[in-house]
Amino acid sequence: MTDAALPVSTPGPDDRSWYKRNRLAIAPWLFLAPAMLFFVVYVIAPIFQSIWISFFEWDGLGDAVWVGMRNYAELIDDDRFYTSLWNNVLWLVLYMLAVPAGLFVALFLNQTVTGMRIYKSLFFFPFVISQVVVGLIFTWFYNPNFGVVGEIWTFFGATPPSILGDERFVTYGIIFAGLWPQIAYCMILYLTGLNNVNPEQIEAGRLDGAKGWNMLWHVVLPQLRPATFIAIVVTVIGALRSFDMIAIMTQGGPYGSSNVLAYYMFETALSEYGFRMGYGSAIATVLFLIMLVYISYFLYRMYLDEKDAR
Amino acid sequence: MLKSLMRTAAILATAALAAPAFANELIINFDDPNPAPKAGFEAAVEAFKAEYPDISVTVNINDREAHKTAIRNFLSADAPDITAWYPGNRMAPFVNAGQFEDISDLWEQEGLNESFAAIKPTMTMDGKQWGVPYSYYQWGIYYRKDIFDNLGIEEPKTWDELLAACAKLKENGITPFTIGTKFLWTAAGVFDYLNLRTNGYEVHNDLTAGKIKYTDDRIRAVFDKWKELIEPGYFIENHATMSWQDAVAPFANGEAAMYVMGNFSVDAYKNAGLTYDQIDYFPFPEITPGVPRAEEAPADAFFIPSNATNKENARKFLAFIARPDIQSAWNETIGQLPPNSNATVGDDKFIQQGFETVSTAAGLAQFYDRDAPAEMAKAGMEGFQEFMIKPDRLDAILKRLDKIQERVYK
Repeated sequence: MTDAALPVSTPGPDDRSWYKRNRLAIAPWLFLAPAMLFFVVYVIAPIFQSIWISFFEWDGLGDAVWVGMRNYAELIDDDRFYTSLWNNVLWLVLYMLAVPAGLFVALFLNQTVTGMRIYKSLFFFPFVISQVVVGLIFTWFYNPNFGVVGEIWTFFGATPPSILGDERFVTYGIIFAGLWPQIAYCMILYLTGLNNVNPEQIEAGRLDGAKGWNMLWHVVLPQLRPATFIAIVVTVIGALRSFDMIAIMTQGGPYGSSNVLAYYMFETALSEYGFRMGYGSAIATVLFLIMLVYISYFLYRMYLDEKDAR
Repeated sequence: MLKSLMRTAAILATAALAAPAFANELIINFDDPNPAPKAGFEAAVEAFKAEYPDISVTVNINDREAHKTAIRNFLSADAPDITAWYPGNRMAPFVNAGQFEDISDLWEQEGLNESFAAIKPTMTMDGKQWGVPYSYYQWGIYYRKDIFDNLGIEEPKTWDELLAACAKLKENGITPFTIGTKFLWTAAGVFDYLNLRTNGYEVHNDLTAGKIKYTDDRIRAVFDKWKELIEPGYFIENHATMSWQDAVAPFANGEAAMYVMGNFSVDAYKNAGLTYDQIDYFPFPEITPGVPRAEEAPADAFFIPSNATNKENARKFLAFIARPDIQSAWNETIGQLPPNSNATVGDDKFIQQGFETVSTAAGLAQFYDRDAPAEMAKAGMEGFQEFMIKPDRLDAILKRLDKIQERVYK
């Protein structure tokens, strides 16, 4: 009697359709398909397209002429390229200051005082406004004739430096402007991180006599590792795509001395006097290779974390 | 940058929306939304509509810089029937790619070969004409007449007189020249004039055509002259951080007294609070005696894209705006010079002086960045800016320009 109610349990020919049999295996791929399709079309394919174009001489309108490695050979001989590369290194290194600076602002703001929310929002404000606006503000700020910098120098009777007009200072000037919103970003990451710091561990540390620097380094920071990781990631990405600030503040000038690879690529391939698609693509390829080093490390880290988690 | 992309998208969208609406229509992409140029253009379009009431005209007015990027997309993707663009080497990429329509027959038929004779060479490429200019303007030195009068300085006619005037201004705590080189081309204006006056029109053309090296002694001589202005500090400081509009400020508040500029800048002086009595114009002074006086006179023009749908209407429009009465009225409004020699010139003092200067010139140059190919122009202008800040790097700069020249013109 009960036997009759049981479904077929004996192994036999499965007469369900192929789709129904493999539903569980197929479903995730179906859900992934749109994302993967767009990722391939808009991210993966353009990478190879761009590498392909870098072997041509092409103005974007006429016929492309195959030139092999000539664009790369030219890069090796291009002063502007080295200036941009060096500036990229400067950006990567100095932009990292945003991480410790953000941490200290976060620690400073992580206390219970009346109106703390207002202070926090004020500190976060620069990240909310557009990079273009930040760039404009700092351009005026640095102006030796009417900017704050000019006023201060003149007050002390000195001739104000032309920060954005001097090849020695210009990159530092732009990086400093870029740090302002970036510190705010790191700060907010650390503030959320600090919320999750385990008070019991702090208490335990305190009982063992840890305070100040020791407490921070040995007890708090290890718990902030995820926040630090994300902060470094967004800062590196921010440094490598430092494009809008340069476009607004100097356009890579004076005479190319504040260029970075991203802007130099834009300038050679797409700006008013550019339209050397091949050469621009070669620069993009180099930038991509630099990023690849970093991305591989990032993926490797993710892989290790996932493995640990299992 | 993003903004210009979005504008491009907006333009394409409006063009796409407008396209299928009418059968007998004309779509024009114009590139100057500033009040006076826009008014001049729109008045001409209204006059055209009155004359051809059966043609429905659609106008897209784009920002100048955005237009420069957008044109590369819309010419192939969704071409208007008429587009604004620049003559000289600036039209070369589109002419070579077959994206502009040859309108030599229109020039023939409308007698433009005679009435536009002066400007014809810059509209010509491969022996054919590609567009119709609607306006051009003179360059030269705009100066503060009140300051000159105060110090008893006359309009300089020669290089020595110019240097003397500079010295006198400097003594009195006024920087002789204002300039803003952030966008580079202003420095090219100074270079062009020094070159035209030191070596003449032929050398300008040969240099921009890649026939003369930058390390050539004649070009070095130009930089030597320039150095005579740079070393005593005759240009304002911090020019690399300023646009040409920013550089109007020291001119307006009397910190600087001269400006090597095009006539379009007069509007900016007036907006900065200067009156007509305070400003005046003189042509760039002679440097090498006996060199025929050539001038910079860049033109703005209209072209028919090869992919245009209403080419007949486009031709009607070009023929219409080439007419002397239309050119007179248009340039009266925008304060520039009509390229048609039968048109009448406005009675504004700058236009009158400009007309006098340009119509008696031995040759008309477009501008360094229009006569030279884009890539050379960019490198050259960066070199000029670098030279203005670090004159002692001249050798390195010229060698670099030679290297680029060799690659660009092959």
